[in-house]
Amino acid sequence: MNYLVPLPVVMPLLGAALTLLLASRPRAQRWVSLTVLTATVAVAATLLVRSSIDGPLVVEVGGWVAPLGIVLVADQLAALMLVVSAAVTLCVLVYSIGQGMADGHEDTPLSVYHPTYLVLTAGVCNAFLSGDLFNLYVGFEILLVASYVLLTLGSTETRIRAGTTYVVVSLLSSLIFLVAIGLVYSATGTLNLAQLVDRLDALPDDLRLVLQGMLLLAFGIKAAVFPLSAWLPDSYPTAPAPVTAVFAGLLTKVGVYAIIRTETLLFPGGRTADLLLVVAALTMLVGILGAVAQSDIKRLLSFTLISHIGYMLFGVGLSSSLGLAAAIFYVVHHITIQTTLFLAAGLVERRGGSTALDRLGGLARLSPLLAVLFFVPALNLAGIPPFSGFLGKLGLVQAGVDDGGPLAWVLVAGGLLTSLLTLYAIARVWNLAFWRRPHPEMPEPQDSVHTVRTDGVEQPYRGPDRDAHPGAMLPRLMIAPTVALVVLGLGLTVVAGPLFDLSSDAADDLLRRTPYVEAVYPGGTP
Amino acid sequence: MTPNLTYIVVVGVLFAAGVTLLLERSLTRVLMGVILLGNGANLLLLTGGRAGGPPIVGTTDAGEMSDPLPQAMVLTAIVITLGMTAFLLALSYRSWHLNGHDEVQDDVEDRRIMDLADRDEGPGTDDADQPDSDDQLDPDGRPDPDSRRSSAASVAAAAGERGRDA
Repeated sequence: MNYLVPLPVVMPLLGAALTLLLASRPRAQRWVSLTVLTATVAVAATLLVRSSIDGPLVVEVGGWVAPLGIVLVADQLAALMLVVSAAVTLCVLVYSIGQGMADGHEDTPLSVYHPTYLVLTAGVCNAFLSGDLFNLYVGFEILLVASYVLLTLGSTETRIRAGTTYVVVSLLSSLIFLVAIGLVYSATGTLNLAQLVDRLDALPDDLRLVLQGMLLLAFGIKAAVFPLSAWLPDSYPTAPAPVTAVFAGLLTKVGVYAIIRTETLLFPGGRTADLLLVVAALTMLVGILGAVAQSDIKRLLSFTLISHIGYMLFGVGLSSSLGLAAAIFYVVHHITIQTTLFLAAGLVERRGGSTALDRLGGLARLSPLLAVLFFVPALNLAGIPPFSGFLGKLGLVQAGVDDGGPLAWVLVAGGLLTSLLTLYAIARVWNLAFWRRPHPEMPEPQDSVHTVRTDGVEQPYRGPDRDAHPGAMLPRLMIAPTVALVVLGLGLTVVAGPLFDLSSDAADDLLRRTPYVEAVYPGGTP
Repeated sequence: MTPNLTYIVVVGVLFAAGVTLLLERSLTRVLMGVILLGNGANLLLLTGGRAGGPPIVGTTDAGEMSDPLPQAMVLTAIVITLGMTAFLLALSYRSWHLNGHDEVQDDVEDRRIMDLADRDEGPGTDDADQPDSDDQLDPDGRPDPDSRRSSAASVAAAAGERGRDA
């Protein structure tokens, strides 16, 4: 089964090359992308099943033996992340195809959209699978470069402005990561994660702390942890809705994944645990207070995204098995829910012509389906029982209470407060955008069949064209993936028991460290 | 292995200059900063490996070879930096094309919220039926991009003034 491990990286890259060649044939591009991402979901699911039965699957790329060559490792954590992100990217791809078709011109999404989107997927998968610090850097670069292009699609003025900030901040974080890699290599003479385990343990404590701090700084910028998070709400909301959705779902979580991986495998013992807990509390509270102040749905959601990164750090900072398991569960939940909410915000923008709260109103009456599609994941995000958001927070709170330290109690209180404020922020969106009277400047409702005057004759409306776009009927291809993601989010609640068991297994393997190392070096570390 | 002091000093100078340039408003200077920082990081990577003869079997004894891995990593990093430099140049050209300058601008929406806070109004309170008089609306009901552009430009211009004064 090991031959499956590189496929989530290789298939999207080949697909990207193919779609680039097919740039003049949008229909063929769409089919290639859909096929590739569906196959990726299937491969990821197989990897998850195999890795939970047989333990971590390892591939030495190009046949080079471990410390010389690069290894790809699919343990339970990596495989779980792969499954969720592949499923989410597939849904968002269908959504963006629906949006492009509904806009009435065949070449949007632009011909560069599909190749870039597939490269982004490849980068995300590479980062999850990487068993080597430098390959992790390469994975980050692949996904970041793709994200620069996606964020500045069409290069309109607002996107250039937002893209500039995003690119410069991301470049800086990459440079910090690169410097950290240089320092790790000169201190230990290797970059292979499994080999680093022993070599880092042998280093003096203060040197280890410097290396850990550098890596945390680099990943903290990518994960949008509080003092390093200001770039996110500035840049994400300007992108097209599907792009924002996939960024919100995946990119920050890759940073969180990298933090989990390095904190457990390379630097166990929790020397920075207190720091992580303090930062987690600040991220939660400052993020959600930012969300409360916003007047635009997309920006508000960007702030809740930052805020909920705090929950994951909370679990990592506790560095107990239960805390880590809850954090992993929360990452899975949050990838799904945050993406769904941004897709729903895209539908709101389409139906209401804007995402500014003071230009919306009455959407619940105008489009009940849209209201449901927003309401369910919103409650899920706020952590209303019995949704998965509640279960994830419950796990974290339980882990915090078990820990019993004063900081852990502060975090428990902060987590509950953040959950409450999330509910407040979400309820405000609901009141302003979905209840109230419809805003006078909103586009005419066109959900039902209606007539238009052409040449003085009343004619039935013949489907959306460009001019009718803001109020046009919500296209099925945009609704369907949103529904699918809402159902997936509800499904997380249904399978919460087995999923939490899986997260616990993954967390135990992470904390024991030996399964990972023994999978890479069956004959002992060189 | 003892690190070479000259390298370390050069890396330090490159980093200091790079960070200074990175803090500038003009994207071209930021780009220069990124290039300097990138070169500093590459040099730092190189100093991490053992120095010696060319790492080719047959030309150098195994004991005297330099460490080839940092060189391979630096090559990768150089390629990535090259791509990023091209992208940033394109961004700054596009920005100049659209705005006549390539200055990194402030977050417009952020300033709008701050203005609301200054006037002690919440966003989306019930006076929403009368859109703010200072927001010009085009027929779609979207904020006129021109008004945002002018406010963004004025923010950037003000920042530029500050920069020149200092």
